[in-house]
Amino acid sequence: MSNVKRTRQGIRVRLETEEVALLRALMEQILALLGDAPGADDELASMGISQNATKPDDPVLARLFPDAYRDDGKAAEEFRRYTEMGLRDGKREAAGTVLASLEGTGDVVLDEERAQAWLRALNDVRLALGTRLDITDEWYEEAERMTADDPRAPMFAAYDWLTLLQEQLVRALW
Amino acid sequence: MSAMSARATAVAGTATAMGTAPAPVELERPDVEEDVSADRPWLAIVWNDPINLMSYVTYVFQAVFGYAKPKAEKLMLDVHHKGRAVVANGTREEMERDVEILHSYGLWATVRRDD
Repeated sequence: MSNVKRTRQGIRVRLETEEVALLRALMEQILALLGDAPGADDELASMGISQNATKPDDPVLARLFPDAYRDDGKAAEEFRRYTEMGLRDGKREAAGTVLASLEGTGDVVLDEERAQAWLRALNDVRLALGTRLDITDEWYEEAERMTADDPRAPMFAAYDWLTLLQEQLVRALW
Repeated sequence: MSAMSARATAVAGTATAMGTAPAPVELERPDVEEDVSADRPWLAIVWNDPINLMSYVTYVFQAVFGYAKPKAEKLMLDVHHKGRAVVANGTREEMERDVEILHSYGLWATVRRDD
């Protein structure tokens, strides 16, 4: 099992080989979900403003980029137009930071800034998996009844593991 | 908000027992309770969800607003038990900026005018 510890060099994250592989796969999946960076030829896009301001149909993207206004659709669209591209870039960058820190061999040692990026990226993946799995507050009771051949089992396992890793990372940063 | 599984809570318990002191990022921000006035008529609200961890949400309130840990924890518990909490107030632009930052951390946050 992975463990996270604050050391003099920084936040040390110790991962098993298969955990590194899992984390890498999950970060690549979230990058694919977030999509490519917008073309630089688009003038508005180059300023971080998007033409399209509608809430994403995909429930995962809708959770990653929620409406900022609950009862004002127009204000929510305006907010989205001016923020979503920047938020997307930030999430992409955080996932990239995780991938970059997994490139070496041995323990991962993170400074505060990179540890924060890890926290955000782990959380984005948890939001994605949790939304796909339709996680509720009663989830742990549900998971106990789940059999090994349940098609959701691997996703649940990844979610559970990420939850523990994120919790350890928060505790180490406090 | 998600509490931890028994396994993870045990880990968390160990860390707390070791007495880790909070080290919030100090930002000059007006205090929510002391500064609700006509000049600050917009609110940033965080909503409960079953995925974000209680510890993480507390940490985000400390990191984003510079709140001390007890205040961040109280707000987190308000979100958890009441379904939502006002986490900041100010001008519309300030609250939109705060909500954008909260979205970057994956919290479910919205803006609305104070009534």
